[in-house]
Amino acid sequence: MELFVFVCAAIMILVGALGVVLRSNPVHAALSMILTLFGVAVLFVAREANFLAAVQVIVYAGAIVVLFLFVIMLLGVDRAEDLRTEPLGNIQRPLALVLGVGMFAVLTTAVVRSRDSLRFKGEGVATATLEDADGNIRQIARSIFGDYVVAFELTSVLLIVAVVGTVVLARRRKSERTPS
Amino acid sequence: MIAAAVVPTTTWYLVLAAGLFAIGMIGVLVRRNPLIMFMCIELMLNAVNLTFVALATELADINGQTAVFFVLVVAAAEVVVGLGIIVSIMRRRQQVSADDLAALKG
Repeated sequence: MELFVFVCAAIMILVGALGVVLRSNPVHAALSMILTLFGVAVLFVAREANFLAAVQVIVYAGAIVVLFLFVIMLLGVDRAEDLRTEPLGNIQRPLALVLGVGMFAVLTTAVVRSRDSLRFKGEGVATATLEDADGNIRQIARSIFGDYVVAFELTSVLLIVAVVGTVVLARRRKSERTPS
Repeated sequence: MIAAAVVPTTTWYLVLAAGLFAIGMIGVLVRRNPLIMFMCIELMLNAVNLTFVALATELADINGQTAVFFVLVVAAAEVVVGLGIIVSIMRRRQQVSADDLAALKG
């Protein structure tokens, strides 16, 4: 059963990722990305990270992809992109492919070779049971609001700065506004 | 049944995350639409998140999941700022590819 879930989620992730890279229409790419994000959420559940799976669906699929689609529709760039012209001529695509496969080979080698060195054990990750359904959430909350409370407060500053910066960037100045 | 006996180990998750990261990297290198490049960056962030969660369970350490939480927040902020920049660039010119971003030079 675990194997079945893993294989299904892996197929979702890889098909979605290839769709993002290969589809020429930005709307199709964004929808393919949703497939990938859901696959990752499924694997989060399979690895007992229930809270993060919910956050993944809400924040990524619910907010970030909608933001992407909103910008695509707003700018009217939902036409297919011309994929033929390349700045570096004919070598760019083979070069990128070689670099990507090389990166995959290096990472896989590192993962397989270091498999036996994973020995450190922490305090344990709570799994959801019928008696204690929110053990995972409680554990993450204790970590975020305990050890990492300064980082958590700094992320709120980061979000405020990002919102204000975007408003300043996207605002039309009075001098630029066309008389109508 | 033989297939039921095989349980996916942490190594499987890490190799899958490596594949997702490589696909995202190829996308950033090949595509020239800034929106699609952003999506590929999100794919790479997701690969890293998957690695964090897989290792958090393997090492029995909740801090891996906390790191994923912060990655999510920073990714949201990054998308907001990046899309703001793209909107303000696209308002000046209609056809946009990453080659036009030389306009950001000071």
